[in-house]
Amino acid sequence: MHTRAKRFLILAILVAAGVSALSAYFNRYYLGVAIDVGINIILAVSLNLINGHTGQFSLGHAGFMAVGGYTAAAITLAITPHLSGSPSVVLSGLLFAGSLLAGGLLAAIAGLAVGIPTLRLRGDYLAIVTLGFGEIIRVVLQNMECVGAASGLSGIPERTTLFWSFGLAAVTVYVIGSLVNSTYGRGFIAVHDDEVAASASGINPTRYKVTAFVIGAFFAGLAGGLFAHHKLFLSPTNFDFMKSIDIVVMVILGGMGRTGGVIVAAIILTLLPEFLRPFAEYRMIIYALLIILLMIARPQGLFSFGRAKAA
Amino acid sequence: MKHWHGWISLIVLAGVAGLTGCKPSGGSDADNPIKIGEYASLSGKEANFGISSHEGTLLAIESLNNAGGVLGRKFQLITEDDLSKAGEPATVVNKLVSKDNVVAVLGEVASSRSLEAAPICQQNQIPMISPSSTNPKVTETGDYIFRVCFIDPFQGTVMANFSYNTLKARKVAVFTDVKSDYSKGLAKYFKESFVKLGGQITAELDFNGGDKDFKAQLTAIKASNPDAVFVPGYYTDVALICIQAKQLGINVPLTGGDGWEGEDLVKIGQDAVEGNYFSTHYAPDVATTNSQKFVADYQKRFNGKTPDAMAALGYDSAMILADAIKRAGTTDGPKVRTALAATKNFDGVTGITTINEQRDATKPAVILQVTKGKFKYLETVNP
Repeated sequence: MHTRAKRFLILAILVAAGVSALSAYFNRYYLGVAIDVGINIILAVSLNLINGHTGQFSLGHAGFMAVGGYTAAAITLAITPHLSGSPSVVLSGLLFAGSLLAGGLLAAIAGLAVGIPTLRLRGDYLAIVTLGFGEIIRVVLQNMECVGAASGLSGIPERTTLFWSFGLAAVTVYVIGSLVNSTYGRGFIAVHDDEVAASASGINPTRYKVTAFVIGAFFAGLAGGLFAHHKLFLSPTNFDFMKSIDIVVMVILGGMGRTGGVIVAAIILTLLPEFLRPFAEYRMIIYALLIILLMIARPQGLFSFGRAKAA
Repeated sequence: MKHWHGWISLIVLAGVAGLTGCKPSGGSDADNPIKIGEYASLSGKEANFGISSHEGTLLAIESLNNAGGVLGRKFQLITEDDLSKAGEPATVVNKLVSKDNVVAVLGEVASSRSLEAAPICQQNQIPMISPSSTNPKVTETGDYIFRVCFIDPFQGTVMANFSYNTLKARKVAVFTDVKSDYSKGLAKYFKESFVKLGGQITAELDFNGGDKDFKAQLTAIKASNPDAVFVPGYYTDVALICIQAKQLGINVPLTGGDGWEGEDLVKIGQDAVEGNYFSTHYAPDVATTNSQKFVADYQKRFNGKTPDAMAALGYDSAMILADAIKRAGTTDGPKVRTALAATKNFDGVTGITTINEQRDATKPAVILQVTKGKFKYLETVNP
């Protein structure tokens, strides 16, 4: 069964690479929006591991994204001037992968640092602490002169292509999907369903929660790096509280703990505002109304399938 | 069976589906209108500034079209709202450039959002003009990025000269909003110029934009016994600072930059802001034929609303672009860019404007005084 999942993963990456090679023929606007879709899938699926599968309510995802984004951008900016001439595709690809990985790891460390003390809390308390964490990251960045402080970090080279965005989205879905469906992963769902019963059965809820938090933060960091090399400019206001809410909305709309639904929600919520552009000033009203309607019609999320079986 | 891995293929399919859009169609027909893109914060937290700027730009395009356009073609303004939200300008400007095929882009007011859109215009060789982003970094992005307002260093210098020469102040205290890059920039250049003139900075204190109580810092400022206090902040904070300064018996003038310009300054500050000074881009009561006509046209078009500096700069940005297209004789990006860079002594609503080598505008600043609840023109400072 796992071989089949792996085949899907390899196929997805190959298709992403193939389509990406044809990027020059696509309209840059559509291309940009498509890359946004990939980044949002990574964000939503990784938050889904924390909020959906493990049942914790984190409002700090934008904070992890900021850590990853700023780290990756700072590394790229530090290395680029030292490259002689224009580096080959492979070299710049490797460097980009390295900076993304560094961003993801630092975000994961941040996740660990925040997770260990706070994940002993439950429900509303956790939400407030993670919200506070996200704001702290933003305020720290706002005062760090080395990354441009309030005026932002500019001049980031463009590295994110369709391949990176969708390739990493596929990896994220594969890793998180495999994890949740593994023997170990049942622990997340057990913590989600009943913490007391889970710990009575010998599962350490805090350990599972911290693991989910660290993995979620890692992928949010990757998404942040992709975002930085896609928008070419970072400012602390990119990562405010509203960004976290946007991701939470994707997870809730898609259905907590339903990877498939969350992916579809991420796609819809990224494309919808673009399709509504012709309505100009009514756009955001229509957008909000559609979300309310969807929530009334499908309070359990867009799709009821795609849910891990043990739940 | 596991359901989720089917979704991997779905996301890739969605990516492909999202890309089935049309390829950019090159070439422009002489009968078609000249498409100008504009991105502005029409909603969200800085909507006030964005709407003013947009109205100015719209008025300019309408009056250009009434006069027959340029090169025998009319203008078409395509405006997109960026919701005052970081991350949006890149998407929106990509759309303007790639989907709508505009020949030039106008925007934005906030420097952080201009900085986000600038690399896209630069890459596509589409000239971009920011009407009112004053941060020096904006035009450093590349040679296709221009602005029609002065930059922070100039404004800081203007206020230093004004304090020293007109107010005859020799000792000044500086009170900076550390949360804002704009405020820090103005304070830095003010201090440098003022000390160079021979003045003395008696106290340097900080506040955080959004604070409500400034008395501790103001007490320290009072103790340093200055001739004037320079407060480069935004109008809501400044109004409160003026009130509390008056309560503490600070009777010397307070001065500031264009962040002071907002109706709320007088609404909140009332008597306490009376008699204080600030520098800005333009004064509606300056009697040049250009600005009088602009004020009259604007009031006619927008139900008697008096245009502010953002509106005037929005208007000038479109006018300077039209002038450059006319001189270039074409809408070709690189040629329009060259023409824009050569803009010299353009007689705009906000004064005589020349684009310098850094692609910033060299133009006069005006100093206004709050008099009887109105902003009254005091003097023009040439660069």
